[in-house]
Amino acid sequence: MRAHKYGDHVDTDVIIPARYLASQDEKELASHCMEDIDKNFHAKVKTGDIIVAGLNFGCGSSREHAPVAIKASGISCVIAKSFARIFYRNAINIGLAILECPEAAENISDNDEVSINFDTGEIKDLTQNKIYQAEPFPEFIKNMINEGGLMASLKHNLKKGD
Amino acid sequence: MGMTMTQKILARHAGLDEVHSGQLIQAKLDLVMGNDITSPVAINEFESAGFNEVFDSKKVVMVMDHFTPNKDIKSATQCKQCRVFAKRFGLKNFFDVGEMGIEHALLPEKGLVAPGEAIIGADSHTCTYGAVNAGAAMAAGYTWFKVPAAIRVNVTGKKKNFVSGKDLILYLIGKIGVDGALYKSLEFSGEGLKELTMSDRLTIANMAIEAGAKNGIFPVDDITREFLRERVKREWTAYYPDESAEYESVVELDLNDIDCTVSWPHLPENAKPAAEGKNIKIDQIVIGSCTNGRIDDMKAAAEILKGHHLAEGVRGIIIPATQSVYRECIKLGYVDIFLDAGCIVSTPTCGPCLGGHMGVLAAGERCVSTTNRNFVGRMGHIDSEVYLASPAVAAASGITGFITHPKEVI
Ligand code: SF4
Repeated sequence: MRAHKYGDHVDTDVIIPARYLASQDEKELASHCMEDIDKNFHAKVKTGDIIVAGLNFGCGSSREHAPVAIKASGISCVIAKSFARIFYRNAINIGLAILECPEAAENISDNDEVSINFDTGEIKDLTQNKIYQAEPFPEFIKNMINEGGLMASLKHNLKKGD
Repeated sequence: MGMTMTQKILARHAGLDEVHSGQLIQAKLDLVMGNDITSPVAINEFESAGFNEVFDSKKVVMVMDHFTPNKDIKSATQCKQCRVFAKRFGLKNFFDVGEMGIEHALLPEKGLVAPGEAIIGADSHTCTYGAVNAGAAMAAGYTWFKVPAAIRVNVTGKKKNFVSGKDLILYLIGKIGVDGALYKSLEFSGEGLKELTMSDRLTIANMAIEAGAKNGIFPVDDITREFLRERVKREWTAYYPDESAEYESVVELDLNDIDCTVSWPHLPENAKPAAEGKNIKIDQIVIGSCTNGRIDDMKAAAEILKGHHLAEGVRGIIIPATQSVYRECIKLGYVDIFLDAGCIVSTPTCGPCLGGHMGVLAAGERCVSTTNRNFVGRMGHIDSEVYLASPAVAAASGITGFITHPKEVI
């Protein structure tokens, strides 16, 4: 998977501009994702790619559309130095994997080939041949992301009689 | 590594011996709360997910406080949706007009919260995630948290005359800024805590969020126990921080340094001594809200207003936060004092705090308010201004028509 790199304070207005918020359609949201800082984002992202960013990713308004648009674009994980708190929560709740790892976020370059082991939290930059360690997700978060987010996973569990 | 108070409570609810800041945990909840604005969003999530049971009908609380008694058709419809839901699932703690109070004032008063418990509330400003979370939490009784780091606030010294918890928290936010405690716990400690009444502490904890904090928390002491004695009959556990608990920083607060404080528009961090507001002419005072609508707040206002009248051109709006505070105000003669001073006394409601109803401001108007947010347009028109203050300062300002230190009118 390839890295698409951005700077600090990427806010939710950049991730999905407010003029598109009327749409609930994930594909429609994805087609405008990041367009204000990267016109080609939608065209160049391949399923499984990752976003690498700096500090405070996802700051701004608390719109859930932001992680939804990123996930629907095919992005499999966002690695950042830090995340805005509400974005962090929204991302996990809708089932978008996100990792806080300042070193990886600093050193991975645009277009690097990266692989991530979600069980161990190991991030490998295959292009630069470097390895970084993020804190792995606990089991319940992994399940939640695999099952497609909080509501989906809860439905799953409550049906099981959990 | 030692744990803070908040970390201990989260560890207990996650069934873990130890947690550290940044860790993701799944925690059981003792209470899930929503109001008339956020509950409908949560109910929609709950219903569209097809859940047909709440996790515990005693532990899902709904309080109809923001736009009640309903100010328009939309708010009436929202309350009705909550009412129907509460009935359908037999919610034991559904508070409607006639028995409601502002949520954060009502729950402690009713003994619905006790030390060591984990509670989530769908707050109006975080409803996007709050709704999903609260919708999910209403069904499951648990949710996930990222364990916060903490800042310790060490309180020393003695309170000056007229100084209350509100002055302390405005002063503290002025010192550390509106993002000074971002995502962290503010944990209070120090020998100065014995100077702070339960009302002071509730006001302070209420506004911890205005410093960006995830929560504000006080250790249990005799003052807490006294407050809980009549209210909480179930067993509870007090958690104290470990000696070796890790704090990102320590803020020293000497009560001797704190005088009556006012936060200028449009951020709670614009805190200055009340005495600097002498030339700021005002149109309205509001005394109430979850921050300062308790009986001690009413008392502080009544003591200042007694025998005085509002300045010409100033409107005085007084809103006891709960039905029982309202009744006490009548019994203790405060309502007479307020009416004699030319104020109105409203049934409990959030009302003007969020520019809902009962005292919305026009362009160019200024209000001294005991609420907790003074953002642009918070109480009405975007060209209106809100100055945050204690009940004593608001009352004194009402009398002179300018921002005033209470000692000027007593
Ligand atoms: S009084 Fe104001 S801050 Fe408190 S719950 Fe109501 S609207 Fe929110």
